[in-house]
Amino acid sequence: MSLFGTIENSTWEVIVTDFRLPKAITAILVGSGLGISGLLMQTLFRNPLAGPFVLGISSGASLGVALVILGSGLFGGLFATALATKWSIVIAASLGSFLVLLAVLSVSNRVRDTMAILIIGLMFGSITAAVVSVLSYFSSAEQLQQYIFWGFGSLSNLSWSELIIFAGIYLAGLVLSILSIKGLNSLLLGDNYAKSLGLNLKQNRFIIIIATSLIAGTITAFAGPIAFIGLAIPHLTRQIFTTSNHKILLPAVCLFGAIVMLICDSIAQIPGSDYVLPINAITALVGAPVVIWLLVRQRKMIF
Amino acid sequence: MNENKSNSILKAKNLSIGYKTRKKEIVVSHNINFDLQQGQLIGLVGANGIGKSTLLRTLIKVQPNLSGSIFLNNRDLKETSTIELAKQLSIVLTESLASKNLSVYELVALGRHPYTNWIGNLSTEDTQKVDEAIGLVNISDLKEKKCFELSDGQLQKVMIARALAQDTDIIVLDEPTTHLDMYHKAYILKLLQRLTKETGKTILFSSHEIDLAIQLCDTMLVMTTKNIVCDEPCNLIEDGVFNSLFPKDMIAFDTKTGSFKISQ
Repeated sequence: MSLFGTIENSTWEVIVTDFRLPKAITAILVGSGLGISGLLMQTLFRNPLAGPFVLGISSGASLGVALVILGSGLFGGLFATALATKWSIVIAASLGSFLVLLAVLSVSNRVRDTMAILIIGLMFGSITAAVVSVLSYFSSAEQLQQYIFWGFGSLSNLSWSELIIFAGIYLAGLVLSILSIKGLNSLLLGDNYAKSLGLNLKQNRFIIIIATSLIAGTITAFAGPIAFIGLAIPHLTRQIFTTSNHKILLPAVCLFGAIVMLICDSIAQIPGSDYVLPINAITALVGAPVVIWLLVRQRKMIF
Repeated sequence: MNENKSNSILKAKNLSIGYKTRKKEIVVSHNINFDLQQGQLIGLVGANGIGKSTLLRTLIKVQPNLSGSIFLNNRDLKETSTIELAKQLSIVLTESLASKNLSVYELVALGRHPYTNWIGNLSTEDTQKVDEAIGLVNISDLKEKKCFELSDGQLQKVMIARALAQDTDIIVLDEPTTHLDMYHKAYILKLLQRLTKETGKTILFSSHEIDLAIQLCDTMLVMTTKNIVCDEPCNLIEDGVFNSLFPKDMIAFDTKTGSFKISQ
């Protein structure tokens, strides 16, 4: 701690190094990651309403977590305490999103139209949502509360070792996204033009989907389904930079996502009080008016 | 059809085009034979629904052919990889762009993709080719504009510049004159004619502007329900090919003026 002088109060040191710092890094990873995966999905599906979770990643994770938390009642009281620990939720979320994504991918491999994948992803989302509803119908109020709290999303409580795993997978996804910048730019012309420019459509689509699922999947596993950021950040960035060139957009989205997430986290913390508001509520509460304001001011959606 | 091999750019041999579903084949047109020569402006005409777009889509490898073969630069299209094809054939389609938030320069520069590195940075040669393409179609004043600010005619010119920047031997355009007024129809087709003369590239386009095509094209492909004829426009007029284009109850081809007139 020589850089910041000596810290006399060891409690503060623990709070800063083991709690606040990991939380800030988590916020940076979550914000930038969701921004990137949102951008990838919007360009791939040529749809401004697409977000990181259109391929069923968050619904898969929700299903996994719902099975662990809500289903523990069904599996018997003995397992209940053993099942609903933190790591089991992380693993359940990863497994759930991975399995649903695999299902979406295997079905979408048979369709040539990119738009059909979007619909297939939405359908899988509906199926998992229905299963979650059935599960919640049979669960206790306590379990429901625990599930809903997971759904709020949370940036805190990540240890350094968890953070290293998180950052590692995030980086792999980031490298894949950077590799697909050129392909993303030619996709701006449409599939047929992109192909006529020598782009291997299927391979490119696969890399983009894998990058998104790596990033958005780990984020959901460690921080819960944080919805709004992935949809809004790419729009925010496009409105401000007025470009669709991914060489500019990708780093810009990365920065913007991190900044917005850090600001939201600071607000959620409520300076001067002990309360921490759910991050999912804050992102939309702060972000949505900003997006609306930008769209109204520019009178035109840039996509 | 006695071909001089060095000049043949695009050749179809016993080509059959159409769609394949799981149960059956729908043949749109079959027994197609033609041999297109380098440096020419070639117009493809035919009635609605006759299969012009299907033929073009097959020729640019968007859609597989049912049987027969296509040769691009004397090489079977089946054996040409996507990236090799991108360096030999560029396209201008009727479908609208997925994003119109690109500047004209950025859009034209996308044409250099087959030649740029992994992240798409332009080399000096690339910028030179882009500037050249922009100069050839006279859109230097539009360079900084966004594509959503352009009129249909301007956008069509930009798309042609993009195809030129791709620096291919042949450019294929699907109905480049739709949505344009009479002046711009003539302007675009005249531009295509000038481009073949100045760059030596082959340009193949489909169009409903038969009278304009007759005046401007070196060769025409006339598609009817029975067959596809490939010849110079004046020979086609002499042979009365245009009369077989449409049902005779409404319009008839006037050989003197080279255009269609309403039947009395």
